[in-house]
Amino acid sequence: MTVLSERPVRAPAEPTPPAREPRRDVRSRSVDEQLSVPGAAVSAFALVWVAFTYVLPWSGKVGFAFCWLLAFLVILTALTALTSPRPVVVNRLMSALVSAAALVVGLALASAVVYTLVRSAGSLRHLGFFTSDMSGVRPTDPLTRGGVLHAMVGSIIEIAIAVTITVPLGIGTAVFMSEVGGRLAKVVRTVVEAMTALPSIVAGLFIYTVLIIALGFNRSGFAAAMAISVMILPIIARGSDIALRIVPNGLREASLALGSSQWQTVWRVVLPTARPGLTTAVILGIARGVGETSPVLLTSGASTFLGFNPLTGAMNSLPLYVFSAVRSGQTLYIARGFGAASVLLLLVLVLFVIMRRLARQQATR
Amino acid sequence: MTTLLPEAPPDGDPPLVQDRPRVVSPGFTTGDQVFRRGTTVIGVLVLVITGAIGLFLGYQSIPTLQRYGLGFFTENQWRPENDVIGISSTLLGTLQVALLALAMAFPLALGTALFITEYAPGRLRSGLVSLIDLMAAIPSIVWGLWGFFLIQPHAKNIARWLTEYAGWVPFFHVDTDPTAALWAQTRFTSSVFIASFPVAMMILPMACAVMRGVFAQAPAGEREAALALGGTQWGAIRTVVIPFGQGGIIGGTMLALGRALGETIAVVLIISPDFDLKVRPLEVGTETVSALIAGRFGEATSAQLSALLTAGFVLFLITLVVNTVAAIFVGRSRSGSATDL
Repeated sequence: MTVLSERPVRAPAEPTPPAREPRRDVRSRSVDEQLSVPGAAVSAFALVWVAFTYVLPWSGKVGFAFCWLLAFLVILTALTALTSPRPVVVNRLMSALVSAAALVVGLALASAVVYTLVRSAGSLRHLGFFTSDMSGVRPTDPLTRGGVLHAMVGSIIEIAIAVTITVPLGIGTAVFMSEVGGRLAKVVRTVVEAMTALPSIVAGLFIYTVLIIALGFNRSGFAAAMAISVMILPIIARGSDIALRIVPNGLREASLALGSSQWQTVWRVVLPTARPGLTTAVILGIARGVGETSPVLLTSGASTFLGFNPLTGAMNSLPLYVFSAVRSGQTLYIARGFGAASVLLLLVLVLFVIMRRLARQQATR
Repeated sequence: MTTLLPEAPPDGDPPLVQDRPRVVSPGFTTGDQVFRRGTTVIGVLVLVITGAIGLFLGYQSIPTLQRYGLGFFTENQWRPENDVIGISSTLLGTLQVALLALAMAFPLALGTALFITEYAPGRLRSGLVSLIDLMAAIPSIVWGLWGFFLIQPHAKNIARWLTEYAGWVPFFHVDTDPTAALWAQTRFTSSVFIASFPVAMMILPMACAVMRGVFAQAPAGEREAALALGGTQWGAIRTVVIPFGQGGIIGGTMLALGRALGETIAVVLIISPDFDLKVRPLEVGTETVSALIAGRFGEATSAQLSALLTAGFVLFLITLVVNTVAAIFVGRSRSGSATDL
């Protein structure tokens, strides 16, 4: 950096301003406000530590954390009550409680993700986990043998079929409900909203009874795709309906006033405007469909080998693989199950990131 | 069209042109009619498919209800081999898991929603909203693993502690001696209490998202007025935000309850089946409708399948009622009409 010291610094030739009132910092916090929270935290920790070590016959990390939080709240309340009136005490206590709730939720989310990833480290380390299936793998075989390729392929095939069926139907229904309208549309909307309440296991049981028991289909990837479709169709239809409904009416009217037909208005104005919302609805449905175990549990069977034909024979999928691996109780299988759960988690994460991108485009528009 | 001018009146006034209202035809072009017919067909198709599921479930449950009558709802055992079938204990277990999960999720969801809208710094807010949405997208099987492998070892200690100190309350009672040196750990595992942890985590983001959406719409003017009158931050929340968001709080909670009632996999992973009619959430064993279906569909004969479908239908109806009430509450708290430009 060069310092231009030879240039004389000239004072600005303007009259000295009148003595300015110092600007008050409205966000300043007094020493009491700054220190009472960490102080209460430290003293609560010390108190609970003493209690757990010397006084009470209790132990355990979770109990410790809980008692710490409780003691912290009590001490913070007492500390504030020394100097401040009641509303301030309540305010500070509630701030602490609300922040604690958010912290607990954050910890739960982080622990679920991190725990799954950590437990899966053993199986994910082998690249073969992604490139081989479970045919001929015995329960005692090491993790270097066998993998989840068949489950990944099965998941993708099943969700692809389900999406092919549900997206045209779902978005078409949404267009019908919000653009065509009428009394029938109200009935459709009521029924679709009612069907979002259908528990996923009941969707699976429905397909199981109709397709497999009554019509004699095999347990197959196709049946699983049907069960997933039944589950996500109301989700996609309802999400798309909401996305279409928030398209401003002014846009529709402007397009119609320019002389375009209703079809042109829907195709060139309404759908493009709602595209991010529609994509969000679809991806939300996909994420739900990929992750849900109960419909495929009843309908797809569980193959151990790679298969590409959804119509014949059993097929596996990631959530089903996780479920059966964990239920087997074998240590090595559980490790595989965690590996598959991580793959599933990452898949959902990728879908989620795409969804956020699209939603942000919508927000900046 | 040609219009004949009427004869000029004799007194010499200018001729009057008779204006008739033009017929504005509101008809649609052929393309539009195809479009409207097409979407109507899709709408009706979806109506038929989804309606058929509901009707099918209802139809399938007729033989079961005829066979067992009201006993289907009062009998607690499920022993199809002895022709004893009922869902009272199963329904009770479903309600216990759902309500306990709700009891855990509700304060956390409310706190998190308030934290995001009221306390979090502005630049963190959208990130936190994304995190909650992400939480909603996590597959239920992952929450199941989390509950089974991570939570259960700790939760059974908590359950023992609760029984030791509050076991005289029937709700916390467990049929074993919690103070024994080698306490019976298996009496405290696979319980309603433990199953409700993952279910709570699954329904929490749903409730939180609804509450947050409503809180964010609380009128800024009233909030600022509360602060300008010298109220504390909590004062503004208590007098403005929460009354404004009441509908969303109730509606979001009920939506979450609807989801909790139907949750399967996490519950199946954790609980061990038990058909006793009991309200002892800390004790091993319970059964929920969805877990019953997941566990029994494989070996079911057609009559048993009908019974399972009936159980599923009952669950669906309960969920439907809960969701409808929720929709009424949520709808009341914000306008659902189209936005205008």
